[in-house]
Amino acid sequence: MSGLVVRDLQVAYGAVAAIRGVSFEVTPGELVTIIGANGAGKSSLLRALSGLIPVAGGSAMWNELSIFGYKPENLVRAGIVHVAEGKSVIPELTVEENLDLGGIWQKKSAGVDAIKAEVLQLFPRLGERLGQRADTLSGGERQMLAIGRALICKPKLLLLDEPSLGLAPLVIEEIFSAIARLRTSLGLTVLLVEQNALSALAIADRGIIFNLGEVVASGKASELLADPVLRASYLGY
Amino acid sequence: MLHIWGIEMKTILETLLIGVSSGSIYSLMALALVLVWRSTRVVNFAQAGQAIISTYIGYESMKHLHSYWYSVLVAIVAGAILGAAVEAFVMRPLAKRVRGSAAADIAPVIATLGILGLIRGVAGLIWGNTFVQYTSPLSGKGYTFGSTTIQFSPQNAAIVIGAALVMAAFAIIFNFTKLGLALRASSFQPEISRLAGIRVDRIRVIGWACAGAAGAVAGALVTPTAYLSPNSLDLLLVSGFVAAVIGGLDSLVGAGIGGVVLGIGFAFILQYIGASVTFLAAFIILIFVLLVKPAGIMGKSGGRSA
Ligand SMILES: Nc1ncnc2c1ncn2[C@@H]1O[C@H](COP(=O)(O)OP(=O)(O)O)[C@@H](O)[C@H]1O
Ligand SMILES: [Mg+2]
Repeated sequence: MSGLVVRDLQVAYGAVAAIRGVSFEVTPGELVTIIGANGAGKSSLLRALSGLIPVAGGSAMWNELSIFGYKPENLVRAGIVHVAEGKSVIPELTVEENLDLGGIWQKKSAGVDAIKAEVLQLFPRLGERLGQRADTLSGGERQMLAIGRALICKPKLLLLDEPSLGLAPLVIEEIFSAIARLRTSLGLTVLLVEQNALSALAIADRGIIFNLGEVVASGKASELLADPVLRASYLGY
Repeated sequence: MLHIWGIEMKTILETLLIGVSSGSIYSLMALALVLVWRSTRVVNFAQAGQAIISTYIGYESMKHLHSYWYSVLVAIVAGAILGAAVEAFVMRPLAKRVRGSAAADIAPVIATLGILGLIRGVAGLIWGNTFVQYTSPLSGKGYTFGSTTIQFSPQNAAIVIGAALVMAAFAIIFNFTKLGLALRASSFQPEISRLAGIRVDRIRVIGWACAGAAGAVAGALVTPTAYLSPNSLDLLLVSGFVAAVIGGLDSLVGAGIGGVVLGIGFAFILQYIGASVTFLAAFIILIFVLLVKPAGIMGKSGGRSA
């Protein structure tokens, strides 16, 4: 089966299990969100999928190939691109350098310049600040920069870790609508992990609810939003 | 003669020039230490040993090439290869082994001390613990103006120019090339760099190679003003380290300035106080900088600069 297929995944930090046997799929072109409170294991899941941390068991396949055991930089070359938690930009570098970082290892003929132009069209605020150090940006602009750099890596599967973290509601809306547009225009497969259940489920096709490293519920985004029990116990609104 | 407060102007200028020359060498050594610190967060005590080996290789190659300048190029290449090898075959496997353990921070530094001892021993076996002369075609005698000869020689001038060229080359590589961007990004945020597709392990090897090359230039340029033995560059490592700390340990520009400031300071202490005090002064400066401005003259408090 193509797309992302995760089976019985386990991640542990020493004796502490962070993910205890999780299975799910993301079909090609789908936007799936994983919802869970702090400490549910969302970041650990993405870090395992992008090769940043080793797994304790289980498997993960992307388009029928196993992805465990590879370095993050090799998975990026295979199209698996992870935007880490907390506005993942390099503060000491300029906005343009942060963007270029995603392209310097690619061949000139790979069309990096064209993608960069598209990114600047999608996030015009970055274009106005190309020469500025990234640490002078607002939180929302940093998140845009992190996503922009990921796009320059030419992702097929985009792993987004809490892009709403610490942002004002209006900015969250701006970023989530950009994610929704991107995903259709570029045909991306997206795995979005979030605590902000409402915003995430609003743009997702399906949702998976995590609690203490396990899947407690999953289903169509619209159905999860309508479920009164889930609302009360996990979605927090 | 022109005198100010009883001090001869000529002596002051001469001392300044000598300070800039020895300071240039400290800057190169500091640059080597900073490049490694930035790429792997290790203080590389083995740098003195690496520079010794590359200088001996330059010395040997001169027997065949019959050109000091070509032998300097050979030394630079040897220094780069040696630096890359130390990172790829010793430091990286070691870092992987100790990651997450209590020894993770200290083991690599101790390893560099071990490598320094090993290199010195091997150099002693190959070349003997005697002094040899690695000579430059440039005169070591001071320039003469009319009837006065100053202490600053053509070889000193070559040292200053050589160091300036190396600094300029690194400034261009770091600020205007893709490799430089990868080097900076990997040193600031290795994890984000990896997620952006940068092969951080390879970039670190290149960082160590650049450091090895800078140390090789220092060794090959300074040795004709003295002699070569398995530990003839040890004091240079101390000066380079103090210079790097003055410059903030993280800043290439700081390493350059730190070296020259230290060189001038040493030259004046040597001229007006005495040789016995210079190294005492080095450690006093080191402790003073660490206590008063631990981020160095180029460092912003708490932050890091490129
Ligand atoms: N580096 C680490 N070392 C030890 N435990 C960790 C580490 N990172 C996360 N954890 C633990 O793993 C669990 C899951 O954390 P995380 O994946 O960050 O959750 P989330 O992203 O959903 O907030 C938590 O109990 C957390 O304390
Ligand atoms: Mg998290």
